[in-house]
Amino acid sequence: MAPSTVRKTMTLGEGGLAFVFAATTLLCLVAAAKAQDAPFAFHAFLSAAASVAAVFLIFRGYFNRPAELPGEETEDGRINYNDGPLKFATIAAVFWGIAGFTVGLYIALELAYPWLNFDLPFLNFGRLRPLHTSAVIFAFGGNVLIATSFHVVQRTCRTRLAGHLAPWFVVLGYNFFIVIAGTGYLLGVTQSKEYAEPEWYADLWLTIVWVVYLLVFLATIIKRKEPHIYVANWFYLAFIVTIAVLHLGNNAALPISAFGSKSYVVWSGVQDAMFQWWYGHNAVGFFLTAGFLGIMYYYVPKRAERPVYSYRLSIVHFWALIFLYIWAGPHHLHYTSLPDWAQTLGMTFSIMLWMPSWGGMINGLMTLSGAWDKLRTDPVLRMLVVSVAFYGMSTFEGPMMSIKAVNSLSHYTDWTVGHVHSGALGWVGFVSFGAVYCLVPWLWNKKELYSLKAVNWHFWIATIGIVLYVSAMWVSGILQGLMWRAYTSLGFLEYSFIETVEAMHPFYAIRALGGALFVIGSLIMAWNVWKTVQSGEPAPVASRPVMQPAE
Amino acid sequence: MAKEDIDAVTGTATTGHEWDGIKELNNPLPRWWLWTFYASIVWAVLYWIAYPAWPLVSSYTSGLLGYSSRANVAADMAALQALRGEKGAALAKAELVDIEKDPALLAFARAQGRAAFGDNCAPCHGTGATGSKGYPNLNDDDWLWGGTLEAIHQTLQFGIRSGHANARENLMPAFGKDGTLKKDEIVQVASYVRSLAGLPVPQGVNLEAGKKLFADNCTVCHGDDAKGNPELGAPNLTDRIWLYGSDQEAVVETITNSRAGVMPAWADRLDPVTVKALAVYVHTLGGGR
Repeated sequence: MAPSTVRKTMTLGEGGLAFVFAATTLLCLVAAAKAQDAPFAFHAFLSAAASVAAVFLIFRGYFNRPAELPGEETEDGRINYNDGPLKFATIAAVFWGIAGFTVGLYIALELAYPWLNFDLPFLNFGRLRPLHTSAVIFAFGGNVLIATSFHVVQRTCRTRLAGHLAPWFVVLGYNFFIVIAGTGYLLGVTQSKEYAEPEWYADLWLTIVWVVYLLVFLATIIKRKEPHIYVANWFYLAFIVTIAVLHLGNNAALPISAFGSKSYVVWSGVQDAMFQWWYGHNAVGFFLTAGFLGIMYYYVPKRAERPVYSYRLSIVHFWALIFLYIWAGPHHLHYTSLPDWAQTLGMTFSIMLWMPSWGGMINGLMTLSGAWDKLRTDPVLRMLVVSVAFYGMSTFEGPMMSIKAVNSLSHYTDWTVGHVHSGALGWVGFVSFGAVYCLVPWLWNKKELYSLKAVNWHFWIATIGIVLYVSAMWVSGILQGLMWRAYTSLGFLEYSFIETVEAMHPFYAIRALGGALFVIGSLIMAWNVWKTVQSGEPAPVASRPVMQPAE
Repeated sequence: MAKEDIDAVTGTATTGHEWDGIKELNNPLPRWWLWTFYASIVWAVLYWIAYPAWPLVSSYTSGLLGYSSRANVAADMAALQALRGEKGAALAKAELVDIEKDPALLAFARAQGRAAFGDNCAPCHGTGATGSKGYPNLNDDDWLWGGTLEAIHQTLQFGIRSGHANARENLMPAFGKDGTLKKDEIVQVASYVRSLAGLPVPQGVNLEAGKKLFADNCTVCHGDDAKGNPELGAPNLTDRIWLYGSDQEAVVETITNSRAGVMPAWADRLDPVTVKALAVYVHTLGGGR
């Protein structure tokens, strides 16, 4: 350790980044002045303001820190984990989660009661729908992934997160991307690619943030103090690398002007469709599956205090999963102008993906062997385990729906929506809630959550919500598919489209009710998190992580 | 094996590593899992042999079954034509006037018309063709542009103010906006027109003045008896059917700013047989003349 009398100087990173953000401020102001449309000007001003804030935060951080940068160990010999950025991401996840679920509830109500758009452009289903999907997937899910990956990689590598400002840059930069994307949707800025709606300048910014995320994660793994890389980190790494590739491939676009929000994607026609679903399906595969399996592989064994069921299974299903998933996208384009051979590959690889997906479920559930009794007393563990069960159900349903004969009934119907939500609410939602319930007491050094009873309420209310949601969509989806294909004996369509829409109404109302229960559950969680941080019982010092000699 | 770390609960060996308190058991792959995985791979390979699967340099492996989704669509369409049978062919050839004379052909045309109506006409006229404000009810016998089969077919094909060269066109003047009539004069005409239909008239309005204004400005199209003229698309003002509402305000609004609804030219969008079937369907809803 260097003597503490070392002279305090700005690091190259601090000075350099402050300079870059100062320059960015000027660039953004120029862009705002030359802007060709109002939303672009708004985003340029927002970026200028954020850049000024970044410069301010860098200098404040510099003046408030001791002369030495934080080292690997604290004064009492513990690992000096960098938990600030992931505390922020955890709280951001709770915030965005509630926002995203609420918007989802609102558009569910709009589908049942269309007058709720009040003829206002920014309340239109077309603008709110990407706001909902992006808020839940990227804002809620993304912050959960960043928070947990930064937590897991530090703990399982027994080392401090790499970089001084970089982790904060990732967390704040990512959340700024979300603000740009979300406000853009409301103002009508979109490149009209599903799950990739943000325009070119938001995409560029996300690319920078994501590369820094990858570097922070990799550098932390490289300086690990464990001989092996824990399985959760493989999944996180696969998620980070693949999302970068998908993002760059699908968002290749030419802006019509350097100072305007509109751009045109370079792909067109069926190639564009194929790129879109290569991206779209692997956003599910690597963002919502691989990333969240990383969460499962740490928080389930940790909470159950049991070893992972099978190391071999974890290796085999990991490689099988990431190799097979990347091929499955064409099953979104069955019976379209996509060539038959591509449809075949998409379908067969989806079928082969079934067992590799279930490998994660087996490892998650079987990890509980010897600890099943804990499900009765620990609602957090129950939430985690039920999430794995939903994961297993969705990853069976997915390959089944990819079979062309099934798909000819299910495609374009609410069945797809139900399938997505059994995965999104049941798997991604519950595993995230479980992780947040684990993380908050650990990060804020509390003995336990403020109220396990509230977790229990959250669990049951949200579970009933999911069941209502998913079963309503199954029924309406199959009904819809059957109505669309029904012919009269004379050879004409039995039902007009509007009749099928009318038939959906009761199910849309039930779905909205299920969504409302899910939102209520998340509000209970927010309250519980808040109370835990504010007034949870402090953890005894002995239980806090202490540096142990490596084996 | 002395160093082997055994998990006390299950008696299974671990891999010997530990990360933040997490160990991993050295369990083998579950057999059922492995065999199901193998089975799905075998199934995929068989599927590739049977169906189009792998891209080659300038073509693809076409599969032993000779499957093609384009051929499937063609077969499905042919099967549909076969299901529609002779009646489908007969409808295509039949003259419009002859369709209603053959009960079987009529039933077939109505079935096709009903299906086409639901997806094309119902958005404005309603699934039951009952209409709503601005969109006429097609069940009654009040027709703006004529209710004969021929007239309905004409309207369907070319639309109303649709931009098509043969579209039904008329233009009621906007008497108020154009300054032709003053506000109180419009109230007088509106009240007079409503009185023709037997609707109550506001007190203190000079109906005689209204009658005179009507004769000077409106009878050219609506006729001396105000019973309208389907040649010009001028509605009958003496009945209780009002496309844009019959209350004083609505009638004043109509006279002040005029109305000009639009119906698309369906000949540009649907095939001639479907348009024919639609004409028969609408004509036989109940009000056809």
